[in-house]
Amino acid sequence: MRVGLFITCFNDTLFPRVGQATVDVLERLGVTVDFPTEQTCCGQMHFNSGYQDECLPLASRFADAFAGYDAVVTPSASCAAMVRHQYGGLARRDPGLAEKITAMPPVYELCEFLVDVLGVTDVGARFPHRVLLHSTCHSVRMLHIGDRPRRLLSAVDGLSLVELPGPPQCCGFGGTFSVKNPDTSVAMGLDKVDAVLATGAGVLTSADTSCLMHIGGLLSRRDDPVRTMHLVEILATTGELS
Amino acid sequence: MTQESTERRVVPTFLGMPPFPDAARAALANGQLRTNLARATTTIRLKRAVAVAERPDWQELRAAGEAIKDDVLANLPEYLERLEARVTEAGGVVHWARDAAEANAIVVEVARAHGVREVVKVKSMATQEIELNAALTEAGIDAWETDLAELIVQLGNDLPSHILVPAIHRNRGEIRDIFTAEMGAVGRPAPEGLSDVPAELADAARLHLREKFLRAPMAVSGGNFAIAETGTVVVLESEGNGRMCLTLPPVLVTVLGIEKLLPTWRDLEVFLQLLPRSSTAERMNPYTSMWTGVHPGDGPGEFHLILLDNGRTDTLVDPVGRAALRCIRCSACLNVCPVYERVGGRAYGSVYPGPIGAIITPQLRGINRHPVDKQTSALPFASTLCGACFEVCPVRIDIPEILLHLRGQVIDHKRARLVPGPERITLGVAGWVFGRPWRLAAAQRVGALASRLLARGGRLRRIPAPGWAGAWLSTRDMTAPALRSFRALWRDRHPTENGKRP
Repeated sequence: MRVGLFITCFNDTLFPRVGQATVDVLERLGVTVDFPTEQTCCGQMHFNSGYQDECLPLASRFADAFAGYDAVVTPSASCAAMVRHQYGGLARRDPGLAEKITAMPPVYELCEFLVDVLGVTDVGARFPHRVLLHSTCHSVRMLHIGDRPRRLLSAVDGLSLVELPGPPQCCGFGGTFSVKNPDTSVAMGLDKVDAVLATGAGVLTSADTSCLMHIGGLLSRRDDPVRTMHLVEILATTGELS
Repeated sequence: MTQESTERRVVPTFLGMPPFPDAARAALANGQLRTNLARATTTIRLKRAVAVAERPDWQELRAAGEAIKDDVLANLPEYLERLEARVTEAGGVVHWARDAAEANAIVVEVARAHGVREVVKVKSMATQEIELNAALTEAGIDAWETDLAELIVQLGNDLPSHILVPAIHRNRGEIRDIFTAEMGAVGRPAPEGLSDVPAELADAARLHLREKFLRAPMAVSGGNFAIAETGTVVVLESEGNGRMCLTLPPVLVTVLGIEKLLPTWRDLEVFLQLLPRSSTAERMNPYTSMWTGVHPGDGPGEFHLILLDNGRTDTLVDPVGRAALRCIRCSACLNVCPVYERVGGRAYGSVYPGPIGAIITPQLRGINRHPVDKQTSALPFASTLCGACFEVCPVRIDIPEILLHLRGQVIDHKRARLVPGPERITLGVAGWVFGRPWRLAAAQRVGALASRLLARGGRLRRIPAPGWAGAWLSTRDMTAPALRSFRALWRDRHPTENGKRP
C-alpha cells in the first residue's frame, strides 16, 4: 500500500516531531510512508474564515499532491475533516476540482488508519504516565472517531488514561476564532485548563495539535507543568519520556 | 420616538449593540452573569440529554422533523394559501405582512379599532423580532408580557438573553429585587417582604398578572405551528399564562412567521415529541393550546392571523441558508453551545441568540443580498464550529455548515472593497505562501529565524505584536516555529527522492 503522509501546514511548521512520530509509528507497523513535497495546506484556515475562493487552489493542490496514492494519512482530525467534508461543497464552485477529488485516495486521520485499515490497537508503545485525552470537536463530531483514540491509548504499556467527565466540550480554539474572538476563546480555554488540572494528569493529549497549542499556551503562560503531546507522539514512544 | 412616547416607558432595543467580540468581552467580565449562565445551561443540558435518551427512535424523529419542514419550505406558497383559506373559512381574518413595520401597523390598527389601551401577550419570538412592544407603546397601548421570564425581562427594563428562558441571566435574588422595585409601578405591587423562594416569586407573578388577564380586552400571541390542512394555530407553553391570553380576551391577534407551517394535523405528532424534549426536557408539553378560527361563546370572538415575512423569503432563496427556516425555536443549541454558555444571549445583539441566532439574524437582515452592518457580519464568526449545536438540533439544521456559508457571504461582500483590510492581507499572503511548496519552505525559514531571535524554550511568550499575533500572545504562549520544518527534515533524510511521485 502506498501511503502519503499529509503532515498539515501547522505540524510541518510548528510541530515537525508530530510528523516524525507518525512516520515512526507507521514504519514500525510495516507501512512504507511517503511525503509528497508538493503538499502545502488543505485550505481550512481560508475556508473557515470565509475565504472560499482563496481555498480553491489549495484544495486543488492537495488533490494533485496526493493523486495516485492508495491512502492519505494525517495526524490531524480537523484537517482530515476539512478534506472529507468540505472539498465536495467547494467543488461546486470549480468543476476542475470536482474531477480531481473524485480520483483522490481516501483520507484517514491517523487513529482511523491504525484501527480501521491496519486493524491495530496495540502499536507496541510504552508510556508510563497519567495521560488525559482531550476529545477534539472535529474528531468527535465530524469524523465520528468514537473510541479509537481511547483504544489506542489504553493499549499503551504503562499508560494510565484519564478523561474529563461528561460529553466533550470545545476548548475554545476554533481556528481564527481564537484571534477574532480572543476573550471568549480564552475564557473557554481557561475553563478547560481548570478541568485538566483538576484531573492531576501530567500529560494532555489529543488528535489535533491546534487545540493542544491553545490549551498548552494557556498552561504555559501560567507556568503550569502539564505537558501537551499529540497522541501519535505517545504511540511512537517505546521507552521513557524524553 | 415621538415626543409623547418619551413620557412613556422606553422599550429597550438590540439596535446599536456593539459587534460580538466586544459585547462578549463585556459579558465575560460579569462574574454573576457567568455563574448564572453556567448553572442554568448545565442543568437544562443534562435534563435534555436524559429526556432524549428515553426515545430509541430519536434519530428517526429528527429525520422526520427535517423532512416535514423541508417539504413545507419547498411548497410554502401552496401551504400558506391553504392555511389562509382554512382560517378564513373558520371565521378568522388573515393578514400578510412583508416586514416588521407592516406587522406592527396591523396589530395597532386592530387594537385601535376596538379602542384597546392594553394587551396581554403570550411569549412570542416573532413579536420580539418585530419589536411589537415598542410599536404598541408608541401608539399609546400598554403591552404586558405574561410569561414569567418575559415578565422579569420587561419589569427589569431589560433585554431577553435566551429563546426559551429569556431571563436566564438573572438569579432568584435579582428577580426578587426586580419584582419588589417594579411591579407597583405597572400594576399590583409585589407582596411585602417577598423572599427569593421560587414558589413565592411565582405567586407574586400570578397575583400581578391575574388582574391583567381579567381586564385586558385583547391578547397578542405568536404560534409554534400552524396546520395548513385545518387552519389550526398551535401554541406550546408551560405556565398556563398562554391559555389565559388565548381564551379570556375578546380579541386575539397572532403573529406567525411564514415558516411555522405544518402540512397536516398528523405532522404535529412528530413535533409534539421533538419540541418539549429538546427545549424544556419534558416528555409532554404542559399547556398545548390549539384553535381554529373563532367559535361563538367559546374563546375570543375575533381572531386575526398575521403572516410575517420580514426576511424569510429572502432566506428561502438561499439553497444552503434556507435550512435555518426549519428552526422550531427549542433553544437546545443555545444550551449546549460553549460560546453561549460563557457570554450569554445579549452579546449576539438580536432576539435570536446563540448558534441559531448566528445563522438566522444575518439572513433575516439580508446578508445574501447585500452587505450588512458590522454587528451582523460578526455573528457568523461567533462560533468555534465545534458542532455541538447540530448534534442536538431536533430538525437537523447543520448550523456549522450554514455559519461557514454565511462567512463566505461576509467575505464576498468585503471583496468588493478596493482597499483590503488587515485580515484580507494576512490571508492573501498566507494563500500566496501556500501556493507553492518553495514559498512555504522559505516562510518556514523566516519563522525559524524569528524563533532564534524571540523564542524561549521553544515558545513565544509575552511579545507585544499587532493584529492576530497580539490577540494570541496577550493571553497565551505560542509554540515557536521549529528550527527545521518537517519538510526540511524529510529532505535531509531523503535527499535523492525530492518530491517523488508514486
